[in-house]
Amino acid sequence: MSEKKTNRRDFLFTATYAVGAVGVGATIWPMIDQMNPDASVKALASTEVDVSTVIPGKTITVLWRGKPVFIRRRTQDEIAEARSVKLEDLKHPEKDEDRAANPEWLVMLGVCTHLGCVPLDQKGEYNGWFCPCHGSHYDISGRIRKGPAPTNMEIPKYEFVNANTIKIG
Amino acid sequence: MSDHEYTPKSKFGKWFNDRLPLLTLANHLTDYPTPKNLNYWWTFGGILTFCLITQIVTGLVLAMHYIAHADMAFDSVEHIMRDVNYGWLIRYIHANGASMFFLAVYIHIFRSLFYGSYKAPREIIWIIGIIIYLLMMAAAFMGYVLPWGQMSFWGATVITNLFSAIPLVGEGIVTWLWGGYSVDNPTLTRFFTLHYLIPFLILGLVVLHIWALHVPGNNNPVGIDIKKPSKDTVPFHPYIVIKDAFALLMFMIVFAFFVFYTPNILGHADNYIEANPLVTPAHIVPEWYLLPFYAILRSVPDKLLGVVAMLSAIFILAALPWLDTSKIRSAVFRPLYKQFYWILVADVLILGYVGAMPAEGLYLLIARVATAYYFIHFLVILPILGYKERTLPVPLSITDPVLGGIPNLAGVRNNESLKEQSLK
Repeated sequence: MSEKKTNRRDFLFTATYAVGAVGVGATIWPMIDQMNPDASVKALASTEVDVSTVIPGKTITVLWRGKPVFIRRRTQDEIAEARSVKLEDLKHPEKDEDRAANPEWLVMLGVCTHLGCVPLDQKGEYNGWFCPCHGSHYDISGRIRKGPAPTNMEIPKYEFVNANTIKIG
Repeated sequence: MSDHEYTPKSKFGKWFNDRLPLLTLANHLTDYPTPKNLNYWWTFGGILTFCLITQIVTGLVLAMHYIAHADMAFDSVEHIMRDVNYGWLIRYIHANGASMFFLAVYIHIFRSLFYGSYKAPREIIWIIGIIIYLLMMAAAFMGYVLPWGQMSFWGATVITNLFSAIPLVGEGIVTWLWGGYSVDNPTLTRFFTLHYLIPFLILGLVVLHIWALHVPGNNNPVGIDIKKPSKDTVPFHPYIVIKDAFALLMFMIVFAFFVFYTPNILGHADNYIEANPLVTPAHIVPEWYLLPFYAILRSVPDKLLGVVAMLSAIFILAALPWLDTSKIRSAVFRPLYKQFYWILVADVLILGYVGAMPAEGLYLLIARVATAYYFIHFLVILPILGYKERTLPVPLSITDPVLGGIPNLAGVRNNESLKEQSLK
């Protein structure tokens, strides 16, 4: 076999394949992307919650983007407990100060980071939350302490609009 | 396909067959030479075809009444149960039909494991079968979501969250699967679409499964290659047809018992509560046919590794033709394999039992031991056994041992047993 010389036909083939690949990709992408969250789902991105009726030691659960959000007004004992935990004891080390800017209020997604169940309030070995599905224990800061869940319960983006209203999202 | 030429008798038949050889195909299927020693474990292929057709037909009519919308799905299922003429019957057949389908497929799979039906030259039949099994699990899971009860919702949440274990892209994939930030209406509508599609994909694969089967022909309880057609074979029709039909009737009695006497025993009471995204049921369990894999998932304390173990438990089956190094197919002639086979059966049953129990204490310990054994069976025992096991002499044909002839030494493939025989 002699060495093949690149000629105009080779260039045409390569150019045709390249344009064809882009065309196929551009056709397939809308078919895939249509399954991503649509505009109406994205439009429900924020929720405002009135928390004036929540007394210390109680948790309310609100729905945000179809997921439960726990809003817990913590007692002084609970705050002290959450802040006293050493970072070395944590599977997913996070300071309580970073999870609850206002220590009295813990706002987090009530979704177990294992497989998405809703953990139960004031249960488990760390007086926080316990997931009944596969046995993950969370502390009073929502940090994973025992069980299969890999990370702490997620803190959504939220802000206090005024003293009694939290805007999530 | 059979080698002999077929010519239709009628003039029209010949004219038609020359243009589309459907009659040649029909002739191949009726004359198809089948080993004459097939036992009742071989009737489950026909039973499974019946199950598939039953699910497609009942599913088709249920879809005429069901509404795939998060606000209406639950009520539309109750509407089917209470208002639609015979709706209760059709839905109970469809729901229990899924369980019957899996019952039959597990018997079918374990029959292959016992008689070595996955070995050369039948590897492709086996792998197509595993793909069908995977699609069945996908269809069953999505179908279970459609009534939009508590188990539907939380089962869907847990199973789709399995994908979040994938590093980096996992969360994105889960959001894409959901079409939102949680399981919701977009999830329900796409699950309905796919649940409708998958049975037809299975139907196509079943055609390939049977096509691939008809190339080498059936394996048989003795597990030897036979001449076709010969005194070792009988034509598929009427011999196998009538046997399959009788077995199907027996199977339908069991099926009807569940449908008419205990239609909800295989389901879960929590699924008669409408889906509520704020409350997870205290104890989430999948349907019985997925329990062994669920036990494997929970027995691993790490999220990603648990998912990997569960998927490996299924995909390892596809590699079985190469993991089993023994040249002898049937367990009848493999005294050690036969024992390990029954240990595996017990192991899978134990996994199924602990899968239904809470993942704690003794149950968790048993699940871990059983999970470890499951993988040891396929990855350690089977490869070694092929070299170490002293197999029994295999007859040359199906007919020889029946007629009292001594096993022909030329047909004995194992050297050890060959020596033993010649010493006597």
